[in-house]
Amino acid sequence: MTDWQPSPRELERRQVRGSLRTRSLLVATVAMVLVFGLLVVGTVSSPGWATVQETFFNADDARESFPAILEGFWLNVKMFLIAEPLILALALAVALARQARAAWLLPARLLAVLYTDLFRGIPTILLVVLFAFGMPALGLQGVPLDPFFWALVALVLSYGAYVAEVFRAGIESIHPSQVASAEALGLSRSQAMRHVVVPQAVRRVVPPLLNDFVSLQKDTALVSSVAIFDAMFAARDYAAYNFNYTSLVVVACFFVAMTVPLARLTDWLQRRYAERERAGVR
Amino acid sequence: MSALLEVENLRKSYGDRVVLDDVDLTVATGDVVCLIGSSGSGKSTLLRCLNLLEDIDDGVISFEGHEVSDPRVDRRAVRGRMGMVFQAYNLFPHLSVLDNITLAPRKVHGLSRADAEARAHDLLGRFGLAEHARSHPDRLSGGQQQRVALVRALAPRPALLLLDEITAALDPELVVDVLDAVRSLAAEGTTMVLATHEMHFARDVASTVCFLEQGRILEHGPPAQIFTEPREERTRQFLGRVLPSSGA
Repeated sequence: MTDWQPSPRELERRQVRGSLRTRSLLVATVAMVLVFGLLVVGTVSSPGWATVQETFFNADDARESFPAILEGFWLNVKMFLIAEPLILALALAVALARQARAAWLLPARLLAVLYTDLFRGIPTILLVVLFAFGMPALGLQGVPLDPFFWALVALVLSYGAYVAEVFRAGIESIHPSQVASAEALGLSRSQAMRHVVVPQAVRRVVPPLLNDFVSLQKDTALVSSVAIFDAMFAARDYAAYNFNYTSLVVVACFFVAMTVPLARLTDWLQRRYAERERAGVR
Repeated sequence: MSALLEVENLRKSYGDRVVLDDVDLTVATGDVVCLIGSSGSGKSTLLRCLNLLEDIDDGVISFEGHEVSDPRVDRRAVRGRMGMVFQAYNLFPHLSVLDNITLAPRKVHGLSRADAEARAHDLLGRFGLAEHARSHPDRLSGGQQQRVALVRALAPRPALLLLDEITAALDPELVVDVLDAVRSLAAEGTTMVLATHEMHFARDVASTVCFLEQGRILEHGPPAQIFTEPREERTRQFLGRVLPSSGA
């Protein structure tokens, strides 16, 4: 476009920047090798490593337990996929109920407070047991007997309470001037929530939301405690029969493999929002 | 070298867009250099380059006799000798006025809390903010906040003060307070480079006025010359628009 050519000074400076980059790359590499090398050496050279390797990292046992775990894992995935949208909807509704200022919504507000206090306080595994065994035992007409259904309900109610608080924090972090300017445009309070506050709040709480979902993915393993044949159940089953814990390591790998892509997706989403809304601001 | 700050052939671009093109600028101790020009002419970018907030694409920036555009330079040491005030104040909302001001002196310059606070109270008193030391920034008016930002920049005793359109976000009546503060700093010999839209202020206070147009310093000189008999036609047009019928 112009006839500008970098001056010799600038060329030299680029060279310096390049060598600075190379140097920090080198430092990073050495640090990585050192840290991970020490970790591996330290583990492998421990006195009981041979036994640990045999009972936790046995390739044959891994291969043998794999199909049953894979089959069970599908149930964890299904549970997670059903629970997640339900939790989001429930949590947002609860968070909004707590923000409601209309007089006739007072009962909803109180219920929301009661719900979060109660269900955040009870350990999730207790909820799973109470719902999966307790509800069918009531023997009521029309109440499903399937423990899968009730375990799902327990997870949704438990996580709904956590996620509702995340949403509430997000909503409260939006500056009041946003509501003011929405109301100045003639929007009602609920319209202001719907079109102005909640969209911004949701963006802001994506990282903690993800955190809760990773946690939920793992907690689907709790349903193994009420005799549902998920991946955890299959792994424990295998371990008990064969006196070998490799199956537990396999199931751990499954859960890690499921959570990592979600984490990367969220990072990417966050970056995209930041680039679009904060261009040029530092 | 007697110049405090010396810029030669500075070039800065964002991708294909050249924001600063072959800029030369010399600032001696005690100078007040006003950068004027329309929005997007490169005033703010020039200030950000001086403070090493932006990497430059070519040219040399020397400060206190050392080249600071060298990538090996410790940027924090350089910034410790420069103060910068932004258009939007950029005060830290979670800290009180006093803590905003004493943060850098204590954490960067190693002053004790007592010394840092003594200096802060001193400066706050000078700028008519004594009673606000314990308030949080959002409790103050825009003019007060900007004066706090000025105090915050002054607290580490910088050799050079960079002001980036510090009155652009203020009500006209508050502008006066902030400009008076800057005026008194200029009167006592503080070296400053400031981007401004306040032409009357520039005419009164500046030792040099630089007119920027599309990333170049089109013309520079003492305010008396720039404002009364500008050399360039573009400068004349610009001043005609921002100084309507003032007879200047």
